[in-house]
Amino acid sequence: MSVKHGLLALLGREPMHGYQLRVEFERSTGMTWPLNIGQVYSTLSRLSRDGLVEETDEAEEPGKVVYRLTEAGRAELAAWFTTPVAPAEQPRDELAIKVALALHTPGVDVSAVLRAQRVATIRKLQEFTRLKAKADEADDQAWLLVLDLMIFRAESEVRWLDHSETRLSRTTPRGTQASAKADRPKAARR
Amino acid sequence: MTALELHDVSRVHGKGATTVRALSGVSLSVCAGELLAVMGPSGSGKSTLLQLAGGLDEPTGGTVVVAGTDLASLDRSGRAALRRRRVGYVFQDFNLISTLTAAENVALPRELDGVRARQARKDALDALRSVELADAADRFPDELSGGQRQRVAIARALVGERGLLLADEPTGALDTHTGESVLKLIRTRCDEGAAGVLVTHDARHAAWADRIVFLRDGMLVDDTGAPPSAESLLEGAS
Repeated sequence: MSVKHGLLALLGREPMHGYQLRVEFERSTGMTWPLNIGQVYSTLSRLSRDGLVEETDEAEEPGKVVYRLTEAGRAELAAWFTTPVAPAEQPRDELAIKVALALHTPGVDVSAVLRAQRVATIRKLQEFTRLKAKADEADDQAWLLVLDLMIFRAESEVRWLDHSETRLSRTTPRGTQASAKADRPKAARR
Repeated sequence: MTALELHDVSRVHGKGATTVRALSGVSLSVCAGELLAVMGPSGSGKSTLLQLAGGLDEPTGGTVVVAGTDLASLDRSGRAALRRRRVGYVFQDFNLISTLTAAENVALPRELDGVRARQARKDALDALRSVELADAADRFPDELSGGQRQRVAIARALVGERGLLLADEPTGALDTHTGESVLKLIRTRCDEGAAGVLVTHDARHAAWADRIVFLRDGMLVDDTGAPPSAESLLEGAS
């Protein structure tokens, strides 16, 4: 995601100058994305060049230019909110690749790989949950939204690990390690 | 002070060719103030572990110690009495008595403890207040939502001297927000001094525990370990 849409969304609330945009961006995105002021200004100048924002005459203080959305900027913002975020195509996921390779690497206990990952991911889940317990339902809504997404993603990883462990225990004799010359996985029956 | 200890506990069903090892060599302990989660697939022995912990079943090997007492040292009625006084259960299917109000459901264990009706009602109202359901005291279970019924069940499980809470998939029938509020409540009660054992297949719910252990085929295979203490976190930082 680019910073561009975040700034457009903030200007959609009211005109702001660069420093305000930086503060509001960090606050409104659950403190998950610190920005430096340079990024804000370079994004604003690109948005201005593309006709999505413009400078107003009302500088609060000398040198602090206040920006606002143009009509084109409003349309771009509306399109962004109404377009679903595309899931990453062909994700290069290290965990998936590691487990897939482990299946036919001699000397690797695949089940142990899965179990070690599960312990680590659940410990992460515990950390997120401790943070969540400390958050305030009313004041920390943006933060809670972000935290919940991290929690649900970690949970889905745990479910995949459980599912994979069960799958392996059904097609490989327990206690033996998969090796290059072991049975090939049985063809899926439909 | 440990509320529950299992020392090398096993539970075998059947004999010879039909032997089923529901649990093998399980050891763990839970202290007051601690919440332990037990995860594992169906058939891993989670429910057996809970039944043994609550004295509803006897192990075929090892010892179970509840509130400092070895269950094997008690006779059947002694075990039943200890179980009634010291252990509270919360199940997936609420298990409230439908012909009693919320307050009457919570008061019942106190009356069985031998406490007089008026005191039992007072204890019940205190317990319901602690789960924020004082207003629902005189409602019947079918007038309460699923989440409310589960909170009544938790109040009942921890009324009086009950310090050990055994929960078996308590959030199974509830939506995500309601399930979370039930877990938060269990967490709070443990922070206030109860000991809890939570059986669940849901990692998000297990994550409220201080420690999570994994069962597979009746054996403990993994353990997240104790949470870092404040001191160890500071040491790590310097």
